[in-house]
Amino acid sequence: MTLTRSAEQQQFASSLHDLLAAADVPGAARRWADGDHSPGLALWRKLAGTGVTALAVPPGSGGLGASWLDVVIACEELGHHAVPGPVAESAAAVPELIAALADERLSARWLPGLAAGDLIATLALPPWLPYAADADAAGLVLLAEPGAVRLATAGTRHRSVDPARSLSQARGHEVLAQGPAVAAAVARAREAGTLACAAQLLGAGRALLEAGVSHARQRSQFGRPIGSFQAVKHQLADVAIGLEFARPLLGAAAIAVTEGERTAARDVSAAKVACTAAAQRAARAALQVHGAIGYTQEHDLHLWLTKVRALAGAWGSQAAHRARVMAAIADGSLAWS
Amino acid sequence: MSPDLAGFRAEVRDWLRAHVPAGPLPSVDTAEGFARHRAWERELAAARLSVVSWPPRYGGRGASLLEWLVFEEEYHAAAAPVRAGQNGLFLLAPTLMRHGTAEQCDRLLPPMARADEIWAQAWSEPEAGSDLASVRASAVRVNTGRTEGGWLLSGIKTWSSRAAFADKAFGLFRSGPGRHDGLTYLLFGLRADGVTVRPIRQLGGETGFAEIFLDGVFVPDADVVGAPGDGWRIAMGTAGDERGLSLRSPGRFSAAADRLVELWRRAGGPDADSLRDRVVDAWIGAQAYRLHTFATAARLAAGGTLGAEASLGKVFWSELDVTLHETALDLLGPRAELRGGEEGRWLDGYLFSLAGPIYAGTNEIQRTVIAERLLGLPR
Repeated sequence: MTLTRSAEQQQFASSLHDLLAAADVPGAARRWADGDHSPGLALWRKLAGTGVTALAVPPGSGGLGASWLDVVIACEELGHHAVPGPVAESAAAVPELIAALADERLSARWLPGLAAGDLIATLALPPWLPYAADADAAGLVLLAEPGAVRLATAGTRHRSVDPARSLSQARGHEVLAQGPAVAAAVARAREAGTLACAAQLLGAGRALLEAGVSHARQRSQFGRPIGSFQAVKHQLADVAIGLEFARPLLGAAAIAVTEGERTAARDVSAAKVACTAAAQRAARAALQVHGAIGYTQEHDLHLWLTKVRALAGAWGSQAAHRARVMAAIADGSLAWS
Repeated sequence: MSPDLAGFRAEVRDWLRAHVPAGPLPSVDTAEGFARHRAWERELAAARLSVVSWPPRYGGRGASLLEWLVFEEEYHAAAAPVRAGQNGLFLLAPTLMRHGTAEQCDRLLPPMARADEIWAQAWSEPEAGSDLASVRASAVRVNTGRTEGGWLLSGIKTWSSRAAFADKAFGLFRSGPGRHDGLTYLLFGLRADGVTVRPIRQLGGETGFAEIFLDGVFVPDADVVGAPGDGWRIAMGTAGDERGLSLRSPGRFSAAADRLVELWRRAGGPDADSLRDRVVDAWIGAQAYRLHTFATAARLAAGGTLGAEASLGKVFWSELDVTLHETALDLLGPRAELRGGEEGRWLDGYLFSLAGPIYAGTNEIQRTVIAERLLGLPR
């Protein structure tokens, strides 16, 4: 497996992009923010039609059993368009969790619906994910802890900085799985969700760079496009550099998780750190280049700006991921690979 | 990794383990150090390891780009000496292979591979730094009655790396009025008649580069690379293909990042705690550059090309290099300022890294290239 995308993967990414570009995603996100999930859920059904929701579901349960590179490609494109909803949870972490629990009863109960896109799922996975995202739009809420996975209901609902996102306490009820084997399944779900979240951030960062460049080409001051000023050029160039060098870390992490390499946790954390940093730099530059119009909810830019801030702390803080990288590299037993 | 690649890695690693000098050599930018580094280059060449990616007839092994990257990883991991011939090996040689004649390649490449001739570069001038196309040092066509025609070089070149001790130099000279099409790529001897070399002490105190005064220096036609007037296109090609990749191999940063983590681990205490995140970020940066370079190499091997994208890498590695070494010095704390010894390597590396954002096109030039050519922002 290589970092270079195959022709099929390129095709998959560009068809997702085309579908989302034609779908008025910002409009759906605004309705989602107002509490009307219907256009957003219609969007998810369209995405299901392309296989996005089936990628992480095993073939025996109605899914595609795709590689994590494919999941990352899909989630990057969903982040690129700021698709509302629990993307990393429903498209990656929950299917991985249920599949990893290896309980036929649970698989039959939830996986076919997830694969088909009929069911949207979310979860809390403390301490990395203390709240369940968008539980009010989800048909399945789980509470995943190292000792047990429980069915949950949404408790107190909190607003997020991202208007098209909410966070809820997950109140655990029926125990779906418990025992020593559960911890490994929860760990796999954690890697899957983190990887997907990093991909969303990379995609959102790319969209913010595109928005910044586009605005800098069109907006004129002092009689010339502001993109001709070196101070603007260099900020955007630095954004491009950050995104360019985060991408291979994300790809390498996806490969490491797919192949079960022992560097997987280190690589996932390195990818999350780099994608978050690159996306945050993109957000700052895009806002600065837009000026005051970027600081409004009238402009769609805010959908990306706030999503980046929300996802930056989700699925493990930067500090938690840096600690995990250091634990792996200071151990010394993991050679460069 | 393929079995062939793993076998090559093992051969390189074993050879380096048996041959790399214990402890650092004296600085390459001193007369004694330069001689010691030349001797080291000759040892490498005798093992056919000095230019692995070159064709065998010039002293190489015809190694692939991936094999070259593996060689570099092992070379830096072994803390082997800096390459005194760097400018010739990585800038001039690929240019000769692409634009030079067969006669030039046969005549110039084998002695370069054996370090019998070490090359310096002569691009910048006092009034032509970032604005390289404004060079004034001239090449005037002459027919002196000698058996061959040629050119007379006059003017001043500066910041010429290695010129204090090297044998020959390659540079850009003005042969006509056109800003870009009036430049010619020429080779000249640093001890030829009319050449005066004034060594310049660098930030670290050694004569890492020099000023070159040329006063009617004769260069035969045989030492023009490409066509007269084509110098700009040829020189800029240096960044335009895989050479953009070979300027700094990821091996340097991977090895430095590993040593940094080891330094952090041994340091312990509150200082180390407060520097943990910077160490991690430096390691992640080195890993990103490594993965990115291998992916680029795979793309090039599959027939892809590298253009302005090389500018992304140049800014990234040069900033990474500074960050890596700054972090190490901050870990060393009060010992960071000490010259020499094993720990002094960090200070040497730091001083070296500070030049990175300046040479090979300043990072400001690179960011402008990225903005205009990759992002499509207006000039």
